Amino acid sequence: MAETTLAHIGRTEPRPAGWQGIAADWSSDQRAFKNVSWGKAMMWIFLLSDTFIFGCFLLSYMTARISTRVPWPNPSEVFALRIGGSDIPLILIAIMTFVLISSSGTMAMAVNFGYRRDRRKTAVLMLLTAALGATFVGMQAFEWTKLITEGVRPWGNPWGAAQFGASFFMITGFHGTHVTIGVIFLIIVARKVWRGDYDVGRPGFFTSRRGRYENVEIMGLYWHFVDLVWVFIFAFFYLW
Amino acid sequence: MVDITPADAVPPAEVAEMELYHPHSWWTKYVFSQDAKVIAIQYSATATAIGMVALVLSWLMRLQLGFPGTFDFITPEAYYQFITMHGMIMVIYLLTALFLGGFGNYLIPLMVGARDMVFPYVNMLSYWIYLLAVLVLVSSFFAPGGPTGAGWTLYPPQAIMTGTPGGQDWGIILMLVSLILFIVGFTMGGLNYVVTVLQGRTRGMTLMRLPLTVWGIFTATIMALLAFPALFVACVMMLLDRALGTSFFMPAIVEMGEQLQHGGGSPILFQHLFWFFGHPEVYIVALPAFGIVSDLISTHARKNIFGYRMMVWAIVGIGALSFVVWAHHMYVSGMHPYFGFFFATTTLIIAVPTAIKVYNWVLTLWRGDIHLTIPMLFALAFIVTFVNGGLTGLFLGNVVVDVPLSDTMFVVAHFHMVMGVAPIIVIFGAIYHWYPKVTGRMLNETLGRFHFWVTFLGAYLIFFPMHYLGLMGVPRRYNELTDMTIMTESAHHLNSFISIMAFIVGFAQIVFLFNLIWSIRHGREAGGNPWRATTLEWQTPETPPAHGNFGKDLPIVYRWAYDYSVPGAKEDFIPQNVPGSFAPSREPA
Repeated sequence: MAETTLAHIGRTEPRPAGWQGIAADWSSDQRAFKNVSWGKAMMWIFLLSDTFIFGCFLLSYMTARISTRVPWPNPSEVFALRIGGSDIPLILIAIMTFVLISSSGTMAMAVNFGYRRDRRKTAVLMLLTAALGATFVGMQAFEWTKLITEGVRPWGNPWGAAQFGASFFMITGFHGTHVTIGVIFLIIVARKVWRGDYDVGRPGFFTSRRGRYENVEIMGLYWHFVDLVWVFIFAFFYLW
Repeated sequence: MVDITPADAVPPAEVAEMELYHPHSWWTKYVFSQDAKVIAIQYSATATAIGMVALVLSWLMRLQLGFPGTFDFITPEAYYQFITMHGMIMVIYLLTALFLGGFGNYLIPLMVGARDMVFPYVNMLSYWIYLLAVLVLVSSFFAPGGPTGAGWTLYPPQAIMTGTPGGQDWGIILMLVSLILFIVGFTMGGLNYVVTVLQGRTRGMTLMRLPLTVWGIFTATIMALLAFPALFVACVMMLLDRALGTSFFMPAIVEMGEQLQHGGGSPILFQHLFWFFGHPEVYIVALPAFGIVSDLISTHARKNIFGYRMMVWAIVGIGALSFVVWAHHMYVSGMHPYFGFFFATTTLIIAVPTAIKVYNWVLTLWRGDIHLTIPMLFALAFIVTFVNGGLTGLFLGNVVVDVPLSDTMFVVAHFHMVMGVAPIIVIFGAIYHWYPKVTGRMLNETLGRFHFWVTFLGAYLIFFPMHYLGLMGVPRRYNELTDMTIMTESAHHLNSFISIMAFIVGFAQIVFLFNLIWSIRHGREAGGNPWRATTLEWQTPETPPAHGNFGKDLPIVYRWAYDYSVPGAKEDFIPQNVPGSFAPSREPA
């Protein structure tokens, strides 16, 4: 019974070693993750859940691709662009990937300036991130249009397995939706930064919670996640 | 003899005082409320309402099965629609929503000593999206072609084909949209529950001092956040198959002499996705029940829970294991036999932590001061029912035994016992236990005992005979069992008997609902802590707890949740927020 009371709190006792130590740390008083705010913890757990969604999407796509009995369209030809008279494979997707990865860089800089309470630079970098994200979505729309004019549909395409178009539109569409939502929230957070909401801790309109510069970082977590997911989509769709 | 040391140094607050949203009007106080307790009641009421629909559907099914040919309006199509909606509503919209949305919202903040969930606004959205999901589901009853009749597992290809009710009408679309909405709404709430438990506890409340109720709900929520994505993906893909004509799950298929447009998809892929969600779902419903029943037994047997740490590890272990057993639902799907070997092994391993829990409940009861209150009756009924359903699970977990029993009434009996009756019995017990906290009044004792005995005995009289029917080979999912050589005369009588019992048990639930409503005004005044329990929700300054739960100061926790009958203590329970440690008595007993 003695170990169930709080008597030892406040005293320095030898810390348990091994598994017991891990369990003791994780189950410690008030917070499992010290120095992690509620918002950040919530975003991490949401991203874990979202990972499972993208994981299921990609696994389903792989299942469709390895179990189909008709040929899979060749990605280097399907995703090639005709520039200056020659087909350049994967050129558009290379640019898109470059744009999106760059936006992660600007996002990281925004987080940095946010913690320095540099209002202007933070807002500008967030808007730049949003612009890069919007460019990505725009190029994705261009790619969709190109494929659709070439006859790719969710239910079929001229070159082979129907599941190609189905999984391509579904997964890039779902990812594009994530990017679009990210762009919208980047703009919202950038506006709050610009207005100085986080300097005075102005309460949110819906949540009535006081805003802090940490929100920039939480926004950044989401944005980096969306980028990371793109790397996997890129690898499994375009390079396989 | 008694060693009461003065209150030791209390750890400094690591978590800042929560900023609460203060409602300005009747609407923001009772309807669009951000208070977890109001949201909990909204969740519970909605789940109960839609659960009544599912109850009526089960009556209609039993009418058809027990008295075939008597009721013309129950066509084979209607029967399949009843089956589908009954299963889906009971598993997802009732049990999941009630355990996590209802009990989770009410108990987590109170039990961990928080003022509210960490993000009350998101929590409120969670309920309204859940309500929207329920409304979409209900609307399918009025859509052209009616609700889907694909079976609660919604297996393709038949789920979206012409012969299935709702397959080419609105039914399946509304079902899938409703599920997607449910998952979105649940995720909002679920994130709140997890973060509140991990990061929002009061001073002194380590994870290893949490009541097991919170452990159960917490683990189940994490599982739900990882399992629902598979269902989400499956729903999106089937929706595309149905609406856009893609072929994720649809192989080349000839329907009514016509080749369909689909081709090259994999129905087995859907089964894998569905059961990757579906099996954890069983434990998403069971783990909160495990947790709650542990607290009920400990409180009403006036004894500390036996093996608290083992109980926690068993909950976590069951949660982890349940992600690697899903294909035991697919032994007859034609997958590779080695898969069956693997999944049978993992399935049987789950019996170990589950058995640990059952032994610990029994050992908690052993030489306890057992009060046969209504919550205790339900808790005892749960142990019996769960053991019963769990043992038939060992039958079905073995491939060679499952193959002949698959798709028989034995399976129906098994899963109703283990994840239908057992969790719902815990829900009843929990309602009798916490109703005094929610309303300030006790539920009527006489009606409660009537409700218990009819429900408990009735459920056995419904589902126990089904095992025999299943062993005879009586198939499930058939809307008519006449003209089958395996159905003897006595089997038909048994079938009619089951139907009559189903009506009686259903009637008892209406008595229960009446009790719930009647006692709000006419129940006996309960006071703040009628069960003399230790956990924080019983120590609130007001009953029912006010907005913010704990008045001016949050409670400080000095001990675990199970200090019952401590030797030498003044009373036979010591609330968690009472300082001082009690050394065990050294005198010979």
